[in-house]
Amino acid sequence: MPHSKFKEKINNYFIGVSDAASFVGLFFKQVFSVPFHFREIINQCYVVGLKSLPLISLTGFITGMVFTKQSRPSLETFGATSWLPSLMSIAIVRALGSLVTALICSGKIGSSIGAELGSMRVTEQIDAMEVSAINPYKYLVISRVLATTITIPVLGLYCSFIALIGSFVNVTMYESTSFIGFFEYGFASITFLDVFTSVTKSVFFGFTIGMVGCYKGYNAANGTQGVGKAANQAVVLSMFLVFIEEIVIVQVSNWIRLY
Amino acid sequence: MQETNQHITHKNEAVISIRGLYKSFGTLDVLKGIDLDVFKGENVAVLGRSGTGKSVLIKILAGLLKPDKGNVTVLGKDVSTLKEKELDALRLKIGFSFQNSALYDSMNVGQNLAFPLQMNFKNLSKKEIDTAVAEVLDAVGLKNKINEMPADLSGGQRKRIGIARTLILKPEIMLYDEPTSGLDPVTCIEINELIKEVQKKYKTSSIIITHDLTCAKATGDRVAMLLDGKFFKVGSFDEVFDTDNKLVQSFFNYNFIK
Repeated sequence: MPHSKFKEKINNYFIGVSDAASFVGLFFKQVFSVPFHFREIINQCYVVGLKSLPLISLTGFITGMVFTKQSRPSLETFGATSWLPSLMSIAIVRALGSLVTALICSGKIGSSIGAELGSMRVTEQIDAMEVSAINPYKYLVISRVLATTITIPVLGLYCSFIALIGSFVNVTMYESTSFIGFFEYGFASITFLDVFTSVTKSVFFGFTIGMVGCYKGYNAANGTQGVGKAANQAVVLSMFLVFIEEIVIVQVSNWIRLY
Repeated sequence: MQETNQHITHKNEAVISIRGLYKSFGTLDVLKGIDLDVFKGENVAVLGRSGTGKSVLIKILAGLLKPDKGNVTVLGKDVSTLKEKELDALRLKIGFSFQNSALYDSMNVGQNLAFPLQMNFKNLSKKEIDTAVAEVLDAVGLKNKINEMPADLSGGQRKRIGIARTLILKPEIMLYDEPTSGLDPVTCIEINELIKEVQKKYKTSSIIITHDLTCAKATGDRVAMLLDGKFFKVGSFDEVFDTDNKLVQSFFNYNFIK
């Protein structure tokens, strides 16, 4: 009996993987075909982007401040506090900005998409679209995934900038530094590859967050309990995938840096 | 058990024709070989206990579910073999009223009604869409609710708006899934009257899925009783319930509290 249950679980796992792959495949099949729901994409960009700004601003600012504060004692040991702007710039632009944004968006956007689509699924609103000859995948999924893919890189860059301001504020608490001087010194240590890698990472993060939220919500079942489960799984899975992508992309960018 | 009365002579053409329809979910056999014809301009009420596959039947008709076996022809087209575009073209001729109305929560009533038109007929002007919205709202008697959100409507009003949303595409066939469930008796009568009005005004042919005998009697020109995955009988209301079958009798007695 336990053997058959194990077999069933393995089977279900592979069925799930196959379903998810088809769901992602459908995106690439339909994204370039008409009709294009530009208005809905813009609407979703507003929901994903503009409405996340306050949270991203606060988180970015605090991350920059706290990271600078925690790094200071170690640098002080070597009398190297003047390296703080370049250290912070590298850390924030290469890793923290895009990663913090992705994690915040996994929680805020991923869960919201999962819950919204899940609720639409269990209340038959998605079926209602289908019977009205409206392609719900195109209208709901493609618009949301495009919105997260476009908006999260922009939010990532914005978060990096705000985090650097947070870092600058912390630096000025201990020593007098000009705003321009801090940023000139900081930006001097950043290469095009750093910014490019950060934006590329954010594009992948945005796609993943949108796709996971949509997949979990679109396939929600079992009433309101299913909606909660979809929202929860969207957050957990997208965060997990974000970390996996972070490791892979950082590794690839390091190889590029070597050559 | 099966006393299917499929030999009603009709001068009209069958707009829906179901032959040997089977559908199961896992090990659960829901529909076990169903035959049914719905003729032009006719309302057929499908009765049955919860979980007997009534909603599954109309979901197959609308192409939301695929049958395991059998032929389902709607307006001369075999639903299960249609390609996506052909199915969408057919769906424009089928109105589906959901059990819980399935109104889009994020849109107000006017936007809910305009949405299918905006998505399917891009060349329509705003004025034309507004006129169509006003017309269907008038048809369901809720002209003053155009700016309300679905959450602010009563159950009966939601059902009406759900029906209006299907009517805006001027369907030839209406599929009603439990149109009176969860409503008070007075609202039930109003919804039953609305279904009859829709039949007359829009000249629709309909399948009404219900377990409410009053609804079936008021709206159905014929009644089909679903028992154990098959139609026990198809005919007039009195024909179907003139039986010694205990399950059917208990269904009748429960509904009319005998």
